[in-house]
Order: sequence, then structure tokens, then C-alpha cells
Amino acid sequence: MPYILLRTMKKISFLLFLFLASCKFSSDLVPARIEGKQLQINDSIPADESMSEFIQPYKENIDREMNQVLSYSSFDLSKRDGDLNTAIGNMMADAVMELSNPVFKKRTGKSIDIVLLNHGGIRASISEGPITTRTAYQVMPFENEVVVAKMKGEHVRQMVHYLVDAGTAHPVAGIELEIGKNNSIQKVLIKGQPLEEEKEYFVATNDYLLNGGDNMVFFSNASEVLNLNYKIRNLLIDYFKKHDTIAPVRDYRFIRINQ
Amino acid sequence: MKRRAFLKSSAAAGAFAGAGSLGLLSFTAPKNLKHITILHTNDVHSHIEPFEKDHSQFPGMGGAARRYTLIEEIRKENKNTLLLDAGDIFQGTPFFNFYGGELEFKLMSKMGYDAATIGNHDFDNGIDGLYAQLPHAEFKFLSANYNFSNTVLDGQVKPYQVFLRNGIKIGIFGLGIELEGLVGKDLYKETEYLDPLEIAKETVKKLKEEEKCDLVICLSHLGYNYRSEKISDMKLAQQTKNIDLIIGGHTHTFLPKPTIAHNSEGKNVLINQVGWAGVNLGRIDFYLDDSGKVDGSGATIIV
Repeated sequence: MPYILLRTMKKISFLLFLFLASCKFSSDLVPARIEGKQLQINDSIPADESMSEFIQPYKENIDREMNQVLSYSSFDLSKRDGDLNTAIGNMMADAVMELSNPVFKKRTGKSIDIVLLNHGGIRASISEGPITTRTAYQVMPFENEVVVAKMKGEHVRQMVHYLVDAGTAHPVAGIELEIGKNNSIQKVLIKGQPLEEEKEYFVATNDYLLNGGDNMVFFSNASEVLNLNYKIRNLLIDYFKKHDTIAPVRDYRFIRINQ
Repeated sequence: MKRRAFLKSSAAAGAFAGAGSLGLLSFTAPKNLKHITILHTNDVHSHIEPFEKDHSQFPGMGGAARRYTLIEEIRKENKNTLLLDAGDIFQGTPFFNFYGGELEFKLMSKMGYDAATIGNHDFDNGIDGLYAQLPHAEFKFLSANYNFSNTVLDGQVKPYQVFLRNGIKIGIFGLGIELEGLVGKDLYKETEYLDPLEIAKETVKKLKEEEKCDLVICLSHLGYNYRSEKISDMKLAQQTKNIDLIIGGHTHTFLPKPTIAHNSEGKNVLINQVGWAGVNLGRIDFYLDDSGKVDGSGATIIV
């Protein structure tokens, strides 16, 4: 092959190489195609047997404990049975008063004056019949703990206004509240005594509400807070264990009177 | 009218492609493409068993043992698969109340999870509760914007991990939500929350420039999207570059299909989130080209 031709061919191939190289965006790996989808996990997919077997003993242990009968309910209890107070809510607030007060007293020498929980925090109803550990988990699936806030009477009054404005059966104990026409406050008693603006009160609630949950912003005025490290669910379990039958009722602690 | 015609024809094409394959995939990769499958969950919340058959929203759905069957099937189809979780593994059933997350981690290890990020509920038994369960987790915990230096988790959580699969370098990093106001301080203790956006930019730069990753995936527990200015997966996607996929959580969002967002350079970013409780498994398949003839920003996306 004549030298000149060879050189020309080399040149062409070099140019061709340059041309091809210039077509490359880069020599990296780049996504050319991407596919995405959601795959539903349903009963059309058989369960992996080895995994089911692995889970089984954990499940059996839980079931054994969950099915343990702790108490007995005389009625069906639902948070929808009542306007401003309900039997189930009263039971929960009373349970918090009954079981946290000794703990609080032991630690501080003081007594809890008021209990306030929230209506939305009652997560299930209780059926007439046996109450099991599972019932406590259903009513209170969250990990919230009892906290006690020290509050001045004027801030307790803010709490009263909150309750009146909300017009919801938030569970309470230690307080008696009557409202009349146009939400006018007819009566406020704390442990049977009139509310005093300057007095300090101890209000038990849960850590969720203390931090402003359900818009309970008045708790931000608490001058001191003590966490009892007592989960509401465990408190309910203890309450059910303590009372072999529960028969709470709707009462007069928070009512509307039509004059 | 034209749009409808297009939809019809693409549906037909999909059906045709699907007829040839037995698997769940409707596309067989040409030999020059490298294939990696990403499987993911988020907010499983201790849902180890399926929902009851009479459940109002998810009757008989979910379940870890079924999820494992599906994962194994997909692995048979493509052994180059990564399995990831975007946090809130803990809390929601008595399995957590009784065993503190032990079973959740053990099952995820059996399923072969590669990495997870940390959700706010993973602090529900305190940072010490999470630390106590770590020996049961045979997968990596990734979080780039939680500084655990002054906590028991110091040295236990990496900002990112680079995985090599099928010759593809995949950089995965984790992002967590602001804990203050969401989790009690007594639970997260001295965990320091750093700005996710700034950290993401730094981390992605490192993954691209130093680690030379071909794909960058963010495991996020920030939440899908908010009306407020709060940082979310959507904002993260729009305000960063070089992230290929954001696997999200926290907001329990059931996306009907992965979202295609546009990053600060106008390039596509996929965001996916699959609800909660293990009702769904997300699947993203990447086919990568090394011929140099494909511009990465022009990848065909089928969702």
C-alpha cells in the first residue's frame, strides 16, 4: 500500500474516531430507562412459611397476654354516648385521678386537683363483657404518659374557656362545669370549691396535650411540670386489674343547662 | 383527542411487551444496559401481620411473610436488587409494645434489607431503646442530617453508604425530620438536627465527585409535601441536583405511582412513597447505559 494512502487512511480513521468520540455524552453509566410502580401486598401472595413460623411464637406470647381478662364491663361504652361528658371518658379521667394521685403525692406531697384528657384520645369503645389487656391497647394505643402541670387559677380559667369553646366531651375529673345559653359559664368548681385566680392548681394530663396537642395552648403557662413516667395504657391496665367490674356513668361534671 | 390516541397506543405497547415476560416486569433489558432494581417500604409501623379481613381500609392487606415472598420472587428475576426502608419501622402494634422493635429488625434482616433511615417514631422507646435493638439489625442505618456525636448512637449510624451492584455504584444517604416539637427531648436527647437541604447538597456532591456514584438515592423521612415552607421531598427534589430517586416516608402518602419532579437543573427526579403499614412495596427499575450515547437527563421514565 502506498505510504500516502496509508497516511490518509490513518487520518480518516483518526477523524472517524474523533467523530465517534464526540458523539459520546460521557463514558459514565447513565440511566437510559427507569420504571416505577407500587406493588400491593395482598392475599394473592402466599406467606413465606419460614417467616410465618418465625413470627408465630412472638404472636402466641402476645395473644396470651392480650387475651388475659382483667375486668368486666357492665355496659357498652362509647365516646359518642354523651354531649359534654361520657361514661368512658369519665372512667378514664377518674382512673388517672385515682392511680396517679398516690404517685404524685409520694413524690411531691401535693395532690392533683384536676385531670384533663382529650376526647380524640379515646381510640376505641369498650363492649359489655370481659375487658382484656387488648382492650387497654385498643382504647389507648399510644405511649403517652401522665404529666402534672402546676398552673395558676387564671390559666385554669383559660382551660375552662377552652372546654366551653370546644364544646366537646373532653374527659375531666376534679372539676364541675355548667354552661348555659350562648355558652355562658354558670358554674365552675374545682374539687367542690370556686376557682381562685391566684391559687396554684395541679392539673394532670398527658405529655401530648401538655405540648399543645389538640390546641391546648394554655398548658404553655404551666410554671412547673412533673412527668410521672406512667403510661396511660399501663394506668388503664392497672385500673382494670384493681376493679373487677366497671360500670361508669355519664354524670353532671360538665353539662349544658337550658334555661 | 390526540392525547387519548397516544395513551391508547402506549397501553397497547405495554400489553405487547408484557406478553413476552412471565415476571412482573414488562421490559427485558437489552444486553448493553445494566439493570438494578430498588425495592422499598416506609412507615411499616410494626405491622408484621396482615390487617384483619374486615378492616375498613386495608382488609387482609400487608404482612411481612407475604412481602418476603414477593421480594424473593423479584430477586429471582433480578439478583441485582436493593431493599430499602424510609423509617418509622417502630410503633403501631403490640409487637413493638412487647418486644421494643426486636422482631421488626429480625424480620427485616431475614428479608435482606440493605439500608434504612430513622423516622421520628423510631425514637419512641428513646434513643436508648433504638440503640438496644441495633444488634438485631443486619442492615445499615443511614442519616446524614442527624448528628449523634453526643448520644449512644455515635458511630452506629452512617450518613451514606455506597453499594456496588452489577458494576453500578449506588450512593444512598438518609435524611430525617426535625425532632423538636415532634418527639420528646427526653427521647431523642442530644441528637442534633441539621438542615436537610444543606446536608443533602454536600452529601450528593461527595457521592458524585468523590465516590463517583452512578446513581444517587435519598432515603427520606421528611414527608412528601407540605403547604407550609417546611422542607419536604418535593422541595428537596426541586432545590438540589444529581439525586435520581427520593424514597420518602412520614406522611403515609399513597402515591398511585412515583412522582416525576424536576431538580434545580430541570432534570427529572423520581419521588416515591408507598403509604404505610407494609400495604405496598415500591419498585423502581433503573437500566443504565455505558455506551456513552445516552444523555442521562433524557432517560425514558415509565411510571
